[in-house]
Amino acid sequence: MTKSLSDIQIELLGLFFEESAEGLQQLESGLLALEQSKGGGADTINDVFRAAHSIKGGAGSFGLTEISTLGHAMEGMLEDFRSHRTEPTREMLASLLEGVDWLRNALDARKAGGSLPIAGVRAFCDQLETLRGSVPGTPTAIEKVASAAPAVALRIDFLPAPRILESGNEPVRLLRELSRLGRAKIATDLSRLPGLADIDASLCYLSWHIELEGNDVSAKAVEEIFAWVDTDAVLRIEPVLAKPIGQDVAAAEVAAPALVQAHPVPDAKSQLASTDGRADTAIGSIRVGVDKIDLLMNMVGELVITQSMLGVIDDEGSLDSRRVEQLREGLGLLARNTRSLQESVMRLRSVPISVVFNRFPRLVHDLGQQLGKQVELKVNGQTTEIDKTVVEKLGDPLVHLVRNSLDHGLETPEIRRAAGKSEIGVIEISAYHHGGDVVVEVRDDGRGINRDRVIERARQLGLLGENESPPEDAIRDFIFAPGFSTATAVTDVSGRGVGMDVVRRNIRALGGDVFVETTVGKGTCISMRLPLTLAIIDGQLIRVGNHAYVVPLLSIIESVQVEPKRVSKFQGKRELYRLRDKLIPMIELGQVLGMQSWQRSEESLMMIVEADNAPIGLLVDELLAQQQVVVKSLETNYERVAGLSGATILGDGSVAFILDTTAIGRLVRGTPSGAHAA
Amino acid sequence: MAKIMTVDDSVSLRKLVASALKAAGHSVSEADSGQSALSVAQTTTFDLVISDLNMPGMDGLTLVGQLRKLPAYRSTPILILTTEMDPQKKQAAKAAGATGWLVKPFDPAQLLATIRKVLD
Repeated sequence: MTKSLSDIQIELLGLFFEESAEGLQQLESGLLALEQSKGGGADTINDVFRAAHSIKGGAGSFGLTEISTLGHAMEGMLEDFRSHRTEPTREMLASLLEGVDWLRNALDARKAGGSLPIAGVRAFCDQLETLRGSVPGTPTAIEKVASAAPAVALRIDFLPAPRILESGNEPVRLLRELSRLGRAKIATDLSRLPGLADIDASLCYLSWHIELEGNDVSAKAVEEIFAWVDTDAVLRIEPVLAKPIGQDVAAAEVAAPALVQAHPVPDAKSQLASTDGRADTAIGSIRVGVDKIDLLMNMVGELVITQSMLGVIDDEGSLDSRRVEQLREGLGLLARNTRSLQESVMRLRSVPISVVFNRFPRLVHDLGQQLGKQVELKVNGQTTEIDKTVVEKLGDPLVHLVRNSLDHGLETPEIRRAAGKSEIGVIEISAYHHGGDVVVEVRDDGRGINRDRVIERARQLGLLGENESPPEDAIRDFIFAPGFSTATAVTDVSGRGVGMDVVRRNIRALGGDVFVETTVGKGTCISMRLPLTLAIIDGQLIRVGNHAYVVPLLSIIESVQVEPKRVSKFQGKRELYRLRDKLIPMIELGQVLGMQSWQRSEESLMMIVEADNAPIGLLVDELLAQQQVVVKSLETNYERVAGLSGATILGDGSVAFILDTTAIGRLVRGTPSGAHAA
Repeated sequence: MAKIMTVDDSVSLRKLVASALKAAGHSVSEADSGQSALSVAQTTTFDLVISDLNMPGMDGLTLVGQLRKLPAYRSTPILILTTEMDPQKKQAAKAAGATGWLVKPFDPAQLLATIRKVLD
């Protein structure tokens, strides 16, 4: 059944793919849930069934035969569960999960413009059918009624029940359809009609006797027309002996125009459109709630109002003080509108992180089985929203981290038992907002990272001299060195040539960073700090020397005047500032940024900012304006610079760097001796 | 041209039906669930309602039953859209008050041909 798609179908195919991806997700998580709590809740089975059903139905309507065939076979088995004809077995669930993979592959193939060979799909479906205990190879697609029947004539008696109108069926329309099949002679039978006073307008008292002849006339076609009323009417269809002469002519004359309209042959236009159109639908799209669009519409409305308000000022000639005031007001409004508009547009780009998290239940389930480890997966913060681009690039690093945790982190049940832990290991994936960032964590309660092994491996790789004893921070850093792995054997699971160095590189390319916390015997937590959006941030402009810099507003805690009596020196090197009960390391930005001639002045302010959960104080010369800045990547335009997260162009056209406070904090803490020359 | 409401939780299928109907000049309202269709029906009448059978929450059959309770919908044509129906399901649809059914998959031409049976 190769059918070319209509324009409408091609247009909506992308939507179908998105929906199916969601459906697959539902199908998969439902099946996993069924597997875990054997016997499963009726709700889960219903959801899973509906997901398979929708994919099948949609695929059929878009002419994706192999997908609807798969959906049909899976739906059949699920229907057995749903109606309690059979109880799900482990084997059946495994096959259904395999079916999910088939569906996913089939959808991917379609997205790429190809399709899976139907023979392989059929073979898999036959397996499912065999497992169900039914006869394999049952036809799955509905065959359309062949309309090549020879010309015949039929006598039809149609006696509707009086209440037929209540079902929404109108006999007259059915008769009209009948006359499209061929030439119809219709006689109305009024015998059941009561006296005028007794007539109830909601009832049907009439019946009909029809003689129908034509090329397309067949008992089956007639039955199809009356299919909806078969219980609301008496229908008798009898063949009339064919009239040998004149019949063909009559059929051709009368029936032909109507037939052409009723069954248009798939036209050349839609055939032509099909190949090119399909490629277009593969372009990434984003699903946006109507409320978000409405909000956007509102903002644009506001913008138009502001514009017309400003336009009036322009019309009225010279600027007097009243108009200047008006202008100022208009500009204020414009600034507010622009800002709301921008926030709304940014919200359009953000998607819930569940898009990425969704694949893990299955992944963890499969891997756990493969490795003979018992794992419980906890997922937190699924609804945390994050920029679409970030989400897309987060997938692979996250998969790597989870694989690592499962493979290297979690111990086998025996070892866990011996260590006095629960046999079931826990992997926890979480996402949450922290300041202006989103943090994504992978935490396990496994064996932790063995410090000695890391040092040993670092020596092998030449990262560390024979007798050097590195600080704790450095050990964590070794993990991110290229080619670093402490696993004794490269396994099929995580030994795929992607190391932590790649993870860190990918995350840093997104403007984020990766951190490791580990306790031997207790577990490891790897957290990725990611920017909420890549595009625009709220910034505080500051002056250091003769240069303007931008500090992300969200990382600023407060700014204080420096009181000399609160400054104390630690080990004679680092200056600490006593703010209320806390001692805060003071950092001379001018030094860190490499301005040789910079000198601290009396008016210097200290800006307390967040860096790795601990505040640091940055000495700046002046606080300038607060404004939103468009972030331009340094990597793309120049190269990565420690301590800077990007650059921006200010209103006057000059370039200002955006400070990465976390990195500055680390820069200073990591090199305590070099931080201060003063 | 007729005023038609399509009810389906699947956007792609709903749009497919809606665009085919619109292309034929009908005016189409869309509802993404039985509940929302029912609430629209409280205040608006249609010449035809086409509803999916399997939907989360209120399914197609329940929707038909509820619609038939509204005086304005006593004899409005309501078609149930589903994949190949077995005779039992057809009878269940009829019993719930549906006018008839539309079998998926369909192409736009088929759809338009089928709904002629219930539209003037």
